[in-house]
Amino acid sequence: MKIFLPIAIVVAALAAVPLFVHSNVVLNFLVVTLLIALAGQGWNILGGYGGQYSFGQAAFFGTGAYVTAIIQVHYGVNAWIGFAAGIAAGAAVGAFIGALAFRAALRSSYFALVTLAFAEVLRILASVAPITGAGVGLLVKLDLRAQAFQFQSRAVFYLVVLALLAVSLVIAQLLERSRFGVWLIAVRENEDAAMALGVDAFAVKLAAMVLSAAITAAAGCFYVQYFLFIDSGIAYGTWISIEALLTPIIGGVGTVFGALVGALVVKSLGEGVKLLTGDVPGLDLMIYGAVLVLVIGFAPRGLVGAFTDARAHLARRFKTSAPVGEVARG
Amino acid sequence: MMHPCDLPLRVADVLSPIILVTAVINGLMTGAVYALVALGLTLIYGVLHIINFAHGALLSAALFAAFFAYQKLGLDPYLAIVLIAPGFFALGYALQRFVIGPASHGDDRNMLLVTLGLAVLIENALLYAFHADTRTVDLAYGFKSLDLGFTFIAVPRVISFAAVFIVALVLWLVMALTDTGKAIRAVAKEKLGAELAGIDVAHIYAMTFGIGTACVAIAACLLIPTYYANPRAGNAFVLVAFTIVVLGGMGSVPGALIGGLVIGVVESLAGFYFGESLGQVGIFLIFIVVLLVRPRGLFGASA
Amino acid sequence: MAEPLLSVEDISRRFGGLVAVNAASLSAPAGHITALIGPNGAGKTTLFSVISGFLKPSSGSVRYAGDDVTGEPPHRLARRGIARTFQIVQPFAGLSVRDNILVGAHLRHRARPAALALAENVGQDVGLGELLDRPAHTLTVAGRKRLELAKALATEPKLLLLDEVLAGLNPSEIRDIVPVIRALSARGIAVLMIEHVMQAVMSLAEHVFVLAEGRIIAQGSPAQVAADPVVVEAYLGHDAAANVRSAHVR
Repeated sequence: MKIFLPIAIVVAALAAVPLFVHSNVVLNFLVVTLLIALAGQGWNILGGYGGQYSFGQAAFFGTGAYVTAIIQVHYGVNAWIGFAAGIAAGAAVGAFIGALAFRAALRSSYFALVTLAFAEVLRILASVAPITGAGVGLLVKLDLRAQAFQFQSRAVFYLVVLALLAVSLVIAQLLERSRFGVWLIAVRENEDAAMALGVDAFAVKLAAMVLSAAITAAAGCFYVQYFLFIDSGIAYGTWISIEALLTPIIGGVGTVFGALVGALVVKSLGEGVKLLTGDVPGLDLMIYGAVLVLVIGFAPRGLVGAFTDARAHLARRFKTSAPVGEVARG
Repeated sequence: MMHPCDLPLRVADVLSPIILVTAVINGLMTGAVYALVALGLTLIYGVLHIINFAHGALLSAALFAAFFAYQKLGLDPYLAIVLIAPGFFALGYALQRFVIGPASHGDDRNMLLVTLGLAVLIENALLYAFHADTRTVDLAYGFKSLDLGFTFIAVPRVISFAAVFIVALVLWLVMALTDTGKAIRAVAKEKLGAELAGIDVAHIYAMTFGIGTACVAIAACLLIPTYYANPRAGNAFVLVAFTIVVLGGMGSVPGALIGGLVIGVVESLAGFYFGESLGQVGIFLIFIVVLLVRPRGLFGASA
Repeated sequence: MAEPLLSVEDISRRFGGLVAVNAASLSAPAGHITALIGPNGAGKTTLFSVISGFLKPSSGSVRYAGDDVTGEPPHRLARRGIARTFQIVQPFAGLSVRDNILVGAHLRHRARPAALALAENVGQDVGLGELLDRPAHTLTVAGRKRLELAKALATEPKLLLLDEVLAGLNPSEIRDIVPVIRALSARGIAVLMIEHVMQAVMSLAEHVFVLAEGRIIAQGSPAQVAADPVVVEAYLGHDAAANVRSAHVR
């Protein structure tokens, strides 16, 4: 039970924020940050723990977003049901792509390409299909009631996305301690060796992909409820594929908090840049690109990874520096 | 994508051989340039064994270079090749030698991410510096057409077609006859052995990346008379180039050439009959199918 | 006599024009140590890969515990009780020694505490008790071989395929690990080992199969096989075999 203590503390701290912060601008920033963290946590399950780097997370984000929007706008179905349906649809797309990709035993470059290609196909289809509003996109009607999954106060939206993120943090923690997680990590490290030890690599990767897709789809569904608008560029655009992979890589792949840390860093960096230089298009993403290269070059395990490495390094230094016979402190 | 021009479209015409042939010819012209872009990509894959995700952004940068060479220096794009190709070769060499190589620590997956990071960096640097507007070049002979009797073809496209084959020939000669070319082939085949034989692998990797980038630069110069420059221009091309590389076989030069022509024709015909967007979807579907069913493509080596 | 635990019948494996394994048959009974020897390039690891499911045979069958398991994938065979080590050791480099063994331990134990306990025990059994928390990539060659063995043992196999587990070890390391292997057969596990280190083969194996150019050319006790001119010829060439024959005549 105490393994969940860090999550509880972090979530509680974040939940307390609206008590002190009332600025809509800041709350909006935080909502978007947590939304990206959620999408990134999805990537992290398959990419961080599973070592399969998807460059097309947008496929799941957009599917979740569109399904939830279409169900509400065209069929008048309740938004919460739409939310669940969006997650299920995203998971189904994940299952489809995963089954094809893993059956074909694609290597890392090819897997990245296939996922990229699927996301692009969906984007193009969404940009012409009538049901998605084609080039114009879909507008969800403003209906500020909880039943419609819309809220008057931005703080409530914040708490909702925080709750979703908290669930994803718990999922990651459970994963680390479970047999499934051990198997997934083993497949990441060495697939053949894992299979020789009884791990069904295909099934494990597929399950990870479905889970990853579902979590990112949830982010997409939430996006629609918050912004009330979706089009093919937002839903299936490369922006979300990149942000979903950037945040866990910077924060720390294969860790529980990596995506959250990464999202906070990346988004704060983006806001900081905007404040300093004005809202010039391209500058923030330029910096994201540079940061990605620098992180891979100097801290491939991301910030959380670097932190745990530093801690272990210090622990070893203190252990060896204590002279024999003397009482060691700490 | 240019539609067969100047001919009235009656229902019977849509299936007429003239329209078909014109679409095919246009496809071949475009396909040749696709092939050149794909050539650079496949060379990099064949030697470094990574997909260079920065390829598209580099194409966008080269398109801007070609545009500015014309606008600021008055250089005809075809002449500008002499300036831009070596410049981008140097850029590509430096990127691999000093950024991609060191940052990746030899890990395939890290290399993917580093090239992706560079792609985002370059594309947005272009956006920041030059904004999102589309820039085009107005050449005196830009709209001149060659009269083939039954149809017309834009002169720049004919020039590109010829140029691509010249470049491919030059490249082939370099690979076959020069020491560097032999070293590149050695590293592509067996890196460890090449290293043991005294070949500086980091240098060869950088040379290869430089050549691949130079291909892209030449393609940009060939394209600018009939295409445009903006930060995202290269992306559209490059996704098609990925398809070609996979279809033709990763690392196969003939595969890239033939694949480029095939895809160019397929895109032209599909775009003509189904509209541009669905034509693009068709390309991607081919891409996905090839990746899943025969990842080594038509001419590639078995994985 | 009851069917041996592992029974390989007429397995052939072709790669294009090359016949790597040619109608090879062997068996490995439970509780005994069987060796597969032969000159380099004979096809021993290919045969192992077929038996352990990493390669499908071109023809022939593999029978295990009375079932035909030909062509089943490695993870399914592992669940049946067939474990293998790799000639080029494959640790999960980024994980600790304990976490490496844990992967194997989880095969038959879903719950983490039980799997951890098993991993701890197996680690002690192979002599890695002190090193359980170290990262796997910091181990020496001998340590990695032991880890390879530990991972396989953690799956609680009935048949253990050891692919040159002694290669790269110095004589004292070999001397230390031999009793560990012997103890396995005492526990009822069938051990089939590919080995080049002849002294180990002679002292450990009860039955030996000799593979040369893809075919089984001889089998028998270690002493019988060592004196067989056909075997000597395969290893050392025609003249050496002639010497052995003439030695027998005298």
